[in-house]
Amino acid sequence: MIELKRVKKRFGDQVVLDGVDFTVQEGETVALMGPSGTGKSVLLKHINRLIRPDEGQVLVDGLDVAHLKRQELAELRTRIGYVFQNGALFDSMDVFENIRLGIVDETKYEDLEYCRQRVIECLRLVNLTAETAKKYPAQLSGGMRKRVGIARAIAGAPKYLLYDEPTSGLDPVNADIIDDLVKSLADELGVTSVMVTHDVRGAFRVADRLALLSDGKIVLQGTPAEFRASDLEKVRAFLERDFETPQAA
Amino acid sequence: MAASLLNLPRLFGKLVLGALAHLGRFSLLCAEILRGLGEWRIWLPRTISESASVGVGSLFIVALISAFAGLVTAFQSGYQWQTALPLYTLGTLIVSTVVLELGPVLVGLVLAGRIGARYAAELGTMRVTEQIDALESLGRSPASHLVIPRVLAGFIMVPILTIIADVIAVLAGWYAVKQVLPVTDDDFIYGAQYYYRAFDGYYSVIKAFFFGGAIGLIACYTGFNTQQGAEGVGKATTAAVVASSVVILLLNALLARILLHQ
Repeated sequence: MIELKRVKKRFGDQVVLDGVDFTVQEGETVALMGPSGTGKSVLLKHINRLIRPDEGQVLVDGLDVAHLKRQELAELRTRIGYVFQNGALFDSMDVFENIRLGIVDETKYEDLEYCRQRVIECLRLVNLTAETAKKYPAQLSGGMRKRVGIARAIAGAPKYLLYDEPTSGLDPVNADIIDDLVKSLADELGVTSVMVTHDVRGAFRVADRLALLSDGKIVLQGTPAEFRASDLEKVRAFLERDFETPQAA
Repeated sequence: MAASLLNLPRLFGKLVLGALAHLGRFSLLCAEILRGLGEWRIWLPRTISESASVGVGSLFIVALISAFAGLVTAFQSGYQWQTALPLYTLGTLIVSTVVLELGPVLVGLVLAGRIGARYAAELGTMRVTEQIDALESLGRSPASHLVIPRVLAGFIMVPILTIIADVIAVLAGWYAVKQVLPVTDDDFIYGAQYYYRAFDGYYSVIKAFFFGGAIGLIACYTGFNTQQGAEGVGKATTAAVVASSVVILLLNALLARILLHQ
């Protein structure tokens, strides 16, 4: 379980998170939505301590992430797969080595045959062929890079998967492919997922629950039905653009 | 004018705070490096390939610069030695100048530009494209994977390249001085040996060792703390080269004072 309690974060004079409360239950997929620049990625990075909170608590499996010791943090991070917005693949390594780095158990990492099998398995899970392993990130399309990023994140069989804008910059067809992938991975692997997105349509397709971040606070956290039924102005304003057409139709 | 005078304390305070922030971040990086040294299985193979890359990649430019440094030292010495000074002292002059000063300093400055810029650009790009965050998110230490191999490659390869530069520069100087003055090989060797102390060679390598460490640490630090996209990478690269060069000159003076005047 992931819990953020009254988390505050500021960069210089800019308050990004202003007392955020956010909860993700075991096994569920939560989409964290909000306009660009509201701090969704900042919030996500608090979960595996890529960023520390100024105030408040971040709890993962009951552990206070901000106060973990070095070894404890490294151990926690092996349970959390993180998919970066642009893949963040290591461009000096081929796809095989990129995904292999995601194998966090050092004994398994040293076993080349295990790594080969695991990399192929991860590529299959993200609908890529084994031949992709020989390519370099520069030789991949945007959608493929994102899928390799996901393959790397799942290589260590994590309990949690954090997606930072997995569909940004993709055309609708590729965005749907990634959304389906997020859903199928949650079903097949049983992972708990948090997906940061400003793609409302994708969020409603994939998530069990949704959260809307605005002005440094979570405005609403609930099921898709609760979001649709909400009268909150910020929620209506955010959903309006994407649901205007279907409702009118 | 009055307003800017009033702002002086604030400006000074800002500078001091900025310097302290750099010092703090640099200390944290050094602590990370020390912690990461235990993970030798990770950094050792990377250090070997990084050292090979630095050594092989820098050999041509180091050889070229040291050869020209030796030639010019010989030609200028030849010009000044057209007096009553004994010719064998040319061997002394060329060897001492090259080994004590020109070899390590030129190699240090050249490599500050060559590998310092490369390290800062590589790590800076990795920072702004979140590759360093990705490494951390995988529970892996960026220090062991990225910083230690580069810093150690600097510590190892700059002294080795300096030894090569010293040899090439002396040989080039020896050849060149014979072209402008009637110096025999025996004269040159006699002069070179007469005032040469084993410590001179150690001094050259010790200086190069410090220069190599400074280049690696400064370049990795600036690259690691890059901000704001492509512009940030450019700034980090420039800062790495300038700061490494300045530190090399400061270390050069400091080491001369400490090691040559005990």
